[in-house]
Amino acid sequence: MSFQQVKFYQTGTLTVGNRLLDEALRTVQATMDRSNSLDSGHRACQGCGEALGARYALDAAMRATNNQLIATNATGCLEVFTTPYPESAWRLPWMHSLFGNAPAVATGIAAAMRVKGREDVRVVAQGGDGGTTDIGFGCLSGMFERNDDVLYICYDNQAYMNTGVQRSSATPGAARTATTQPLGEEPGADFDKGKSLPLIAMAHDIPYVATASVDRLHDLEAKVEKAMSLHGARYIQVFVPCPLGWGSKPSDTIKVARLAVESGLWPLFEAEHGEVVSVTEIRRQVPISDYLKLQRRFAHVLRNEGQLARIQAIADANIRRFGLIKGREV
Amino acid sequence: MKAKPFAITLDVGSSLLNKTGSWRTERPVYLDRIPPCNNACPAGENIQHWLYLAEEGRYEDAWRQIMEDNPFPAVMGRVCYMPCEKACNRGQLDESVGINSVERFLGDQALMYQWKVEPAPDTGKKVMIVGSGPGGLSAAYHLRRFGHQVTIFEADAKPGGLIRYGIPKYRMPREKLNGEIRRIEEMGVEIRCNTRIDDILEARDQGGFDALVLALGAPSPRSATIPQEGEEVVVLNALDVLREVELEEPTAMRGHVVVQGGGNTAMDVARSAVRLGCPAVTVLVRRDRSDMTAHPMEIHEAIEEGIEIKPLRVIQKIDGKTLTLEKNLIGADSRPMATGELEIMEADVVVQAMGQVVEEELLSQLPGLEIREGVVMIDRHMMSGAVGVFCLGDMIPSARTVTVAIGQGKKTARNVDAWLAGTDYEAAPKHEVAGFEMLNTWYYTDAPRTVRPMLDLMRRQSGFAEVVGNLNEENAKFEARRCLSCGNCFECDNCYGICPDNAITKLGPGKRFEFKYDYCKGCGMCAAECPCGAIRMEPEEI
Repeated sequence: MSFQQVKFYQTGTLTVGNRLLDEALRTVQATMDRSNSLDSGHRACQGCGEALGARYALDAAMRATNNQLIATNATGCLEVFTTPYPESAWRLPWMHSLFGNAPAVATGIAAAMRVKGREDVRVVAQGGDGGTTDIGFGCLSGMFERNDDVLYICYDNQAYMNTGVQRSSATPGAARTATTQPLGEEPGADFDKGKSLPLIAMAHDIPYVATASVDRLHDLEAKVEKAMSLHGARYIQVFVPCPLGWGSKPSDTIKVARLAVESGLWPLFEAEHGEVVSVTEIRRQVPISDYLKLQRRFAHVLRNEGQLARIQAIADANIRRFGLIKGREV
Repeated sequence: MKAKPFAITLDVGSSLLNKTGSWRTERPVYLDRIPPCNNACPAGENIQHWLYLAEEGRYEDAWRQIMEDNPFPAVMGRVCYMPCEKACNRGQLDESVGINSVERFLGDQALMYQWKVEPAPDTGKKVMIVGSGPGGLSAAYHLRRFGHQVTIFEADAKPGGLIRYGIPKYRMPREKLNGEIRRIEEMGVEIRCNTRIDDILEARDQGGFDALVLALGAPSPRSATIPQEGEEVVVLNALDVLREVELEEPTAMRGHVVVQGGGNTAMDVARSAVRLGCPAVTVLVRRDRSDMTAHPMEIHEAIEEGIEIKPLRVIQKIDGKTLTLEKNLIGADSRPMATGELEIMEADVVVQAMGQVVEEELLSQLPGLEIREGVVMIDRHMMSGAVGVFCLGDMIPSARTVTVAIGQGKKTARNVDAWLAGTDYEAAPKHEVAGFEMLNTWYYTDAPRTVRPMLDLMRRQSGFAEVVGNLNEENAKFEARRCLSCGNCFECDNCYGICPDNAITKLGPGKRFEFKYDYCKGCGMCAAECPCGAIRMEPEEI
């Protein structure tokens, strides 16, 4: 991973830019000529993590490909809030077909570019967690299995937000959604359901799999850049808080993402050909309650010792499994 | 009209047509808050800004920024009691920024490279200043920068006042002081030493001066007459002792020296006595330890040097070599009260360092000038009751430190300048202070391992002034970079980067940013993630 050496005491590389850093070491987002692939005027809610994650990822991909980029999009919030007919917030060739077929459409575009001899044009497919882990899963698995030359980016906000916050297979245990109400013995979503798509993607033995978060811009951009330097099927899952669906304050979007990472609930790692090759360590570990208490979807958990312990156990397991804190690997 | 595809009725458009700014109920605004260091500086330095310049290695620019407010960075970097570092927000994070050590580095760089300050074009006005202590010199420097002709009258042989005759060399090397005074003289300020003024108004009228500034200090010692039998114990006055030390004249200090007083002057005398080889030094303080006016750092270093501090003691009488001390008690109103309990101590010398008052005789000639409790009363424009007579420094009610006097010099100069132009000086209103709770400290990283030991080493060095060398170019830069830039944008690009609506324009290096209120939805992420608290959310008027 192209982590830059922290050179300055003042802000290091945690801010978006840093006037004391070399121009080349600053993020794409810090540049005045970033492509703004997703422009102003889109209809996402205040403080939308997904809108931010999409611009972060696509701007980085645009720079990595010298702006020779085509994007496809699964149905979902991202598609709906960016393209209410006849307006578009996209500033790159962008195509939407169905909820479940974004990976297949991307495969087709990549094949067409190959036939036309346009090796310089690269393809990105994107979708929310619902379109990725549930509805588009078959097409995505096929794209992985064929090792098609597409980067698939999943913006994970842990439920079907566009249709009114229904549970997806990426919804975490105990979370309240429209279909997992906080009622009964085990309020909220079940703990023993759902799946980790990054680990499933790794099982396909594809060249590159990574997780990222909107609060870690340098890390996210480095991963997109790395992915675009490779060919074949690649997968990045970006953690994007949803103020509406999670019941968090719009101004807390970055903070919520940061606490997910710092608590260990959202491990940041990179894998090549099915093997984890690097992890982003936790900087200042926090208890999971710090993360949960900012979100109304977990309000009932704070009064439920059993669920709290269970979520903390998940975080602790991540820390051990991925070695998120030096010296605490298995 | 171009034919549209089947079933398409509208032309394609950009989302920019959709002005999402109309959703907003709160709007972010950029603002500048005053950092706690600047707020605390008695000399009114824009500390944060010169640290900002020093961060980039622009040392001359940084020095010039200090010189806007304070003509004595090399002096200040040694004798200032650093209220800035006490206020520094970084102190709540790890350790406060070593502002004083960077200031000293910049001051010494200026002396080494002989950087100069140019005065403004001549205004034709003449100002007379009496007294060349830090206040008088600071006033002279600022008035000269405004373009006025300035003449300082000094009774002593050398300029500098109590910086020279009150602060021992181990704290203030003379070549640095002389260098900074020389720089003021080179701007065209005339300093007439060995010139005691006995009739102030006559001197003003004879010299054809348009304004008069008095910076006479408080030279008359406040003393308590102690009943004494025999002459075995010598009773001295602190200022006389310090003057003798400065002039390298033999002093009467020998054997067991007892210093009376709890202020910085008492510490200076006691520490000088140690340096002169006196085997035992005791400081008697009327009040409690915690109520001593001396700077904690001075007290700490004095104790380190083997000086004994006895609080709540007053000398009752001296009989031969024996002092009789009465113990005090802290009363209900937190003032010391006599208990009647006595104790005995042997001594050779008693030095009284119990404060000073103005020379009333000289000032009594000035009509309208009012002296209350040993100091001259002034109005908010630094003018005394005598029209056109401005006063500053130890002769007016003040904290009596070099830094305060330098700040008053600037304030006086501004008021004199306005008065000469027939107007009143009004200071710009202060911004609100950037408190620690306004910062998002997540974004400030710890030092990389390679830097930390260097900083620690440097801090140890700067703690023992003059014993060890200065900061060097590299660690001065690193220390400056520890500044959090509280309350003022340092262009980290966070707001520009994290706006999900791309509703911020980056205006380019040094020009900061601008909100696109047409598109800003008012989510408040920029304000929440601004590291330094330079964005505030304000309710939208609907």
